[in-house]
Amino acid sequence: MLELTDVTVTFPGATAVDRVDLRVEEGSVLAVLGPSGCGKSTLLRAVAGLEPITSGSIRWQGRDLRGVPTHERGFALMFQDGQLFAQASVADNIGYPLRLRGRSRRERAGRVAELLELVGLGGYADRRPATLSGGQQQRVALARSLAADPALLLLDEPLSSLDRALRDRLAGDLREILTATGTTALLVTHDHDEAFTVADRMAVMLDGRIAQEGDAVQVWRHPVSREVASFVGYDTIVESSSPAGRRLLASGQEGGVASGGSGSVALRRSALRVDPRGDLSGVVRRMTTVSDALHLEVDVEGLGRLPALAADRGPEVGDEVRLTVDPRGVARLPD
Amino acid sequence: MRRAPGVALGLAALVPLAFLAVFFVLPVSGMLARGLWPDGQLDLSGVPEVLGRSRTLRVLTFTLVSSLAGTVVTLLLGLPVAFVLYRLRFPGRGLLRAVVVMPFVLPTVVVGVMFRSLLAPGGPLGGLGLDGTWVPILLAFVFFNLAVVVRTVGGLWEGLDRRAEESAATLGAGPWQVWRTVTLPALAPGIISAATLVFLFCSTAFGVVLTLGGLRYGTVETEIYLLTVQFLDLQGAAVLSLLQLLAVVAMLALAARTRSRREQSLRRVGARAAARRPRRDDIPALAATALAVAFVLLPVGTLVVRSLRVGPGWGLEHYRALTDPDATAALRVSVTEAMTNSLRTAVDATVLAMLLGLIVAVVVSRRPRSPGWARTVSVLDGAFMLPLGISAVTVGFGFLITLDRPPLDLRTSPILVPIAQAMVALPLVVRTLAPVLRSVDPRQREAAATLGAGPWRAAWTAEAPVLARPVLAATGFAFAVSLGEFGATSFLARPDRPTVPVVIYQLISRPGADHLGMALAASVLLALVTVVVMGVVERLRVGSVGAF
Repeated sequence: MLELTDVTVTFPGATAVDRVDLRVEEGSVLAVLGPSGCGKSTLLRAVAGLEPITSGSIRWQGRDLRGVPTHERGFALMFQDGQLFAQASVADNIGYPLRLRGRSRRERAGRVAELLELVGLGGYADRRPATLSGGQQQRVALARSLAADPALLLLDEPLSSLDRALRDRLAGDLREILTATGTTALLVTHDHDEAFTVADRMAVMLDGRIAQEGDAVQVWRHPVSREVASFVGYDTIVESSSPAGRRLLASGQEGGVASGGSGSVALRRSALRVDPRGDLSGVVRRMTTVSDALHLEVDVEGLGRLPALAADRGPEVGDEVRLTVDPRGVARLPD
Repeated sequence: MRRAPGVALGLAALVPLAFLAVFFVLPVSGMLARGLWPDGQLDLSGVPEVLGRSRTLRVLTFTLVSSLAGTVVTLLLGLPVAFVLYRLRFPGRGLLRAVVVMPFVLPTVVVGVMFRSLLAPGGPLGGLGLDGTWVPILLAFVFFNLAVVVRTVGGLWEGLDRRAEESAATLGAGPWQVWRTVTLPALAPGIISAATLVFLFCSTAFGVVLTLGGLRYGTVETEIYLLTVQFLDLQGAAVLSLLQLLAVVAMLALAARTRSRREQSLRRVGARAAARRPRRDDIPALAATALAVAFVLLPVGTLVVRSLRVGPGWGLEHYRALTDPDATAALRVSVTEAMTNSLRTAVDATVLAMLLGLIVAVVVSRRPRSPGWARTVSVLDGAFMLPLGISAVTVGFGFLITLDRPPLDLRTSPILVPIAQAMVALPLVVRTLAPVLRSVDPRQREAAATLGAGPWRAAWTAEAPVLARPVLAATGFAFAVSLGEFGATSFLARPDRPTVPVVIYQLISRPGADHLGMALAASVLLALVTVVVMGVVERLRVGSVGAF
């Protein structure tokens, strides 16, 4: 188990990581999710031993890693841009950690072939990294990291440099490979979907601190603060004691949103859906078509202008529509 | 033990530092001490006196004016050439690049001989009546330093992302405005860096000024030489050396600042720079390039032709005389034997310069986390540039007066010459290798480390593959430079073991057509070896060779 206690990393003039406590159970995948500049990459580098920590401790299986150099930690780090060795072939890149361990040529070739198969690149052994696409390069980088047979795999935004469709597909593959190999992994990313697809647990990092940690679905559905809520996609926050808040909660009660209490209500775009049976009404002000839905901005009576979602054949700008509250898009925030 | 790699790197840095201290700082300070602490006491009374001499004033003025003129002319000629050779694509471009770079490594004495034979009465341009004026000195400055401008600015220009210019054009900027608002600012660090170094090389030039200036024109450097060797005025020499030292440090600091800015910007640009074919509006630049190439080839051609001139006819007599130890009373050995000396010395110097240069390049390419160490590294980087600009005469003479007693009684030792030559080549080796090492993403080493490679292995994995060719190129470069080194060697070479540049200088100092003919033939030989070496280096296509 990886255990971070009170870890702080300071740079001249800035604190990048501020008293972070985290643990990663063996065989599980933890995603640290945060906007760029929140300190998540620094945290990852600190675990890898590439960044000295100012205070706190990082332990692996109970052993304090302070002073243990990177190459003796047994944690492979997969970089955002792969960092393949450009002069070496794909096979030599993947075989690199095996060569460091003095494995025979035959043994290396066998393992490299296995790993290439695993990441779906059978037959690419003799290619140069530069001749591969971005997605293929990341697959090779993953295979190289796995070849080190790491006690813990560290992934630094492994898919961010890829285009959307490839990213979605590769995220699924990555999840499968990590599960199949039983690899313990720590992933940092700014992409919700990536974190959600790949990880079991999620820690939201904001401004150098862990703002919330828990089961991925839990964090998604029950953010603990406004900051976390807005980062995980709740665009609108309404005071529950305001007239608008009360109106919204009353309307959502039927669907299962807890009513009463204090604090505020956070809404995703999907919180309001166009539905003729809905008990809210409003006028459509703007409309954007995306691939599988219509994004609307609606002046809702008594609530003000809010984002809403419509199914494919939606209304026109200026139409009056009825809206219903979808409880899956609503979260209650404590004070 | 955990911090072993950092400590080991620090210790490794001590080796070249010790070398620099013993063979550079010690001689230079010894020379200064001799002049300024004559009786064990600081005596600065001579400073105003030396600086007040009308002769000093004349020398200083000439140094400044000629160096400034040399720099301006070199830049004006070099910029269009850099554009043509690095932004346009045409057959023969590689050859022209090699031609333009060749003069930089030609032995200074050879260049002096070339321009004399070109402009002397009876030479191809003898009718211009420029022999004995300051013009040949200026021409030689431009000839030498063209490579510095073309290489430094061209390398930057080649890597410049063309899209910045294209987007300026789409925003409505005409060609002139694009040049002024986009291209020139992007090239500015390279131009400033090159200009600073050209000025530095011009103002400390020794061999060419000595051979072309005669008695009428002297620079600070030749004045130090005359004061030391002929007038034995060590005080005057020390004052001028000190002045030169201060000026050189200031110029190197300026060059280093613009260089670090350029290396940062180089890291950002992509490979989207593709050179294009020449167009009609490139004609002025192409013409300037043709002029530059003619300017480089004309003296070389003249040298070759005149070396074949025997009396009223033609022949190989001057070349035959090179192998004859008794060809002239001016020399104690044959020129071929001197060539053997030259080659041997250059090999030793190259090995030394490469060993030290590699260590220095690795150390100065590291980016330590703590600001204190980062500053130390940049000071180190600058310190190893110093030998580039300090008077070779000061170093050479300093060797003689400081390394003359135990434990360092090296005055009669033959290793002094290679050491001095290595000192001259060292900054060039560092400048070739350090940018290559700096261009390697530090995360390559980190990736290797997380896969289980120790610090040395990680560095080897990330850096050795990209370093192979630059190391070869730097080796050739160091060899060519050592081969042609004249300033310090002329002080240190023992009379019975002269190198070729020393022999050439001895020959042209003697009257008589035969002496000149032999000097010309020896120059051709030396130039040939140098050009062959640089041709090989050029084929390695390492951009940082000769760029600053």
